[in-house]
This record gives sequence, structure tokens and C-alpha cells, in this order.
Amino acid sequence: MRRIVLGSILPTLFIAIWEISSRSGLLTLESLSRPSDIVRAGIGGLTDGSILVATGQTFETALLGLTFAAVAGIIAGAVLGLSPVLERVVNPTIEALRPIPAVAFIPLALMMFGFGVSMEATIVAYACLWPILIVTISAVRAIEPRLLEVADILEMTFAERLRKIILPAAFARINVSLRVAAGIALVVAVTVEIVLNPRGLGYSLMLAQQSLRVDVMYAQLLWLCVIGYALNALLRNIGPAAIALSRASR
Amino acid sequence: MRSIDPIKIAALGFALALILTWQVLAELRIISPIFFPSPSRALSVLVARVLDGSIWTPLVATGLRMLFGWALASLVGVAIGAAIGSSRLARDLLEPTLDFIRPLPASAMIPIAVLFLGLSNAMSLSVIAFGAIWPVLLATVHGFSSVQPELRQVSDVLGFNRLAFLKKIALPSAFPDIIAGLRVSLAIALILAVVTEMQASLPGLGWEIFYAQRVYRSADLYAGLVMLGVMGFAANHALMLFERRVLRWRNLHA
Repeated sequence: MRRIVLGSILPTLFIAIWEISSRSGLLTLESLSRPSDIVRAGIGGLTDGSILVATGQTFETALLGLTFAAVAGIIAGAVLGLSPVLERVVNPTIEALRPIPAVAFIPLALMMFGFGVSMEATIVAYACLWPILIVTISAVRAIEPRLLEVADILEMTFAERLRKIILPAAFARINVSLRVAAGIALVVAVTVEIVLNPRGLGYSLMLAQQSLRVDVMYAQLLWLCVIGYALNALLRNIGPAAIALSRASR
Repeated sequence: MRSIDPIKIAALGFALALILTWQVLAELRIISPIFFPSPSRALSVLVARVLDGSIWTPLVATGLRMLFGWALASLVGVAIGAAIGSSRLARDLLEPTLDFIRPLPASAMIPIAVLFLGLSNAMSLSVIAFGAIWPVLLATVHGFSSVQPELRQVSDVLGFNRLAFLKKIALPSAFPDIIAGLRVSLAIALILAVVTEMQASLPGLGWEIFYAQRVYRSADLYAGLVMLGVMGFAANHALMLFERRVLRWRNLHA
């Protein structure tokens, strides 16, 4: 309670000063809209669907990239986690590729795919791959060796091993890395859209700024805060629930 | 003399085999040389640019952008983090607002920063600082709020006032956390330096890569990518060395 009251003091004060000073003419900067106009623009964008369509596009791409990264990262991570020798052979190459910022691949992806979903999803996948891959490797390596001996005795194929032993045993930690990657996916998708891809929330944000619809721009920024916050809260709660579920199903 | 580890040779061989495959595919024109110039061409561009010195200007520009933005984020982040981590009032006042802003992708601040500051270095720095502040801020909050109770009692016994407690006990105790946060922040600062260069046509490696694509000089593009990778790697390792050196006292006790 104390937290809610104290926590809302600063934002309320900030918004009140902003609103009052722009109404009284103290603040005439073109870069600042009025809080009331921003709220109106936000409601307008939500009711005419423009914000929701853009959100859908961003989420679609982020999810596509994340899925690619998850499939590739978990399979490669399982292979490398099972074979320490192979892991040491491949590791320097991974360490050489990993520090390259994903956004630096934007021009390359543009050249290969042109504008659209695939170039953006590729960048998202590249950015999400590393946390998933690295956590999966160490999670698989930490699996109780006797479980893997069981798999040997039962002469399981790699696909069976992955589904019946590795994924259930390493699930909790892989799940954490997927949550981290989901946060990265949204950030990278919006970034690619802001830099050049003409679709989604990032692009409509840039468009609002360039056409000097400052109220629309702030409204979309606020919306980004809201969905980012909601996504974080969701991922934080999904994690424990999924772990409980996987324990229960065992 | 220790013999060379065969796995290290295999690791080198693996990397070389990948590059060689790419080279062969490019030579045979199986993959388009417009998109994938052969590695030898990319490498020769890189070597030529290192030799004639033209790689250093953009490298230094991006490096300074990254460092200044990171320094700004670190100062503000440690200050706010220390306040939140050591005072309940500051925590209750600030944390809800910060929690709400934090998930915002830093690149989304670019349009606002452009409105206020134009396509300038100040714009770039403010965006970098906004994005890079969170890891160091969170780490500092954690470091300051998890000072061991015994250390608190020591400071009470010695009659430290609040400032002395923060300076002599809380800050050193939070230092390992802060450094860990600083490393994450540095990686983010490099990413945002590249993004703002692309967005605002500011000089640096990010812009060079962008420009190389526009004029279809893909060998230049790859050379730029390699330089960025080297830079990220070097920055991270420099900080890791610093961490090991500064935190040596910790390993002595442990």
C-alpha cells in the first residue's frame, strides 16, 4: 500500500506539471505534447486498431525468430552438451560469433531478404540463439549421467533421447533461457523496425515522429511500456507454473 | 614442454573448414558473390583498411561513443542504484516508475531523443545511456541491499554516519555486483552505438556497415562486421581482466 502511494507520487507530479505548464503556455516546445492529448491519441489508436495491428506484426516476427532460435539452440545445445569433445571443438567459433551485435547484421539481412518478416525474424533468431544455446549446453551437461546410460542401454535414437530424457531433465534451465530470449526477441524486433523495416510498432513509432504527430508517438511509447511490462510479468509467472507442471507430469 | 592439445587443433580446423566451405561456395558461384563475397575478399579489404589506416577513424568513433554512453549510464546507474538499495523511502518512491519504464526497448527512445536533440552525438549518448543503465542499476540495487548484517553492525559500533557507511562499507561490498552489471551494460552500449549510428548517420562502424550495404560493397560490410566482433570481444575481456584484478582480495579470502 505504502509502495503504491509513494510510487505514484513522482509520476503524478510529473504528469501534472507537464499538463499544467503546457496548458498555461509556459511550455511551448513542439517536441512535447500534453498528457491529455497523448491519452486521447492512445485511445484513438487502440479503438481504430492501428496500434493493435502494429503490435500483432511485431509479436508475429518476434515469435517466429524466437521459435527458430529455440529449435536450433536446443538441438545444437543437446548435441554439444552430450559430447564435451565436440563442444570444445566448436566453442571457439561460437565465442567468435557471439560478440557481434545482432543489429550489425541488419544491413546483411536486408541485402539477403529485402524488407519484411524474414529479415527481421532472422535478426531476432540470431540474437536469441546465443542465450538458448549456451544455457542448453550447460544444462544438458549437468544431466545425471545414469539417465544417459539408461538411454544407451535402451538403444534410444537421438530424437528419442532428446524427447524422453534430455528435454525433461534439462527443462527448468532451458525454460529460464527461453524467458530471457523472449525479452530479447521483443527488443530486437522493435529495434529492427525502428532502424529500417517498414512494419510493426517500431516503424509506426518512427512514422509518428517523422510526421510530427508527437501525441501519437508518446502514446505508442507508453503502449510499448505497457506490453513490455505485461510480457515481463507473464514470463515471470509462466516460468514457475511450467516447472510445477513438468514436475507434476513426471 | 607440453604438447599442443589436439582438440585445440581440431577447433581451429573446424573454424577454418567453415571458412573454406564458404570460400569454395563463393568461388563456384553457388552462393551469390553479391551477398556473400568470398572470405578472402572480405579479409583483403580488412587488411587493406588496417594497413592504410582508414579503419581506425570509424573504430575510434564507435568505441568512444560506446565508452561515453556507458560511462554516463554507469555514473547515473550507480547513483540511483545506491539510493534505492540503501534507502527504503527512495526505493518506494522510484522503483515502481523504473519498473514500468525498464522493459521499454532503448531503441524506442530514439524518436524522442531525435526530437529533443536532433541527429547529434548527444542524441546517441542519451539513447545509449538509457539502454545501458538497467543492468548496472539493478546490480547496484542488489549489491547495496544485500550488505551483510554483520557489516552493518560493525559500522554501528564504529559510529559511522550514513555517508561513511555507504562509502566505506556498502560500496566495496556491492562492488562485485556492480562490476558484473557494468559488463552487461558495456555490451548493450556497443549495440546501441551501432543502432544510433545507423539511424542518425553518425560516423562509426555501424554507419560504415549500413553504407556498405547501400552501395553493395559487401566485402566492406563483412570487414566491418569482423571489426565490430573484435571490438565487442576486446571490450568484454578488458573488463573481465579489470574485474579479476580489482576483486583479487575476494579470492584471497574465499
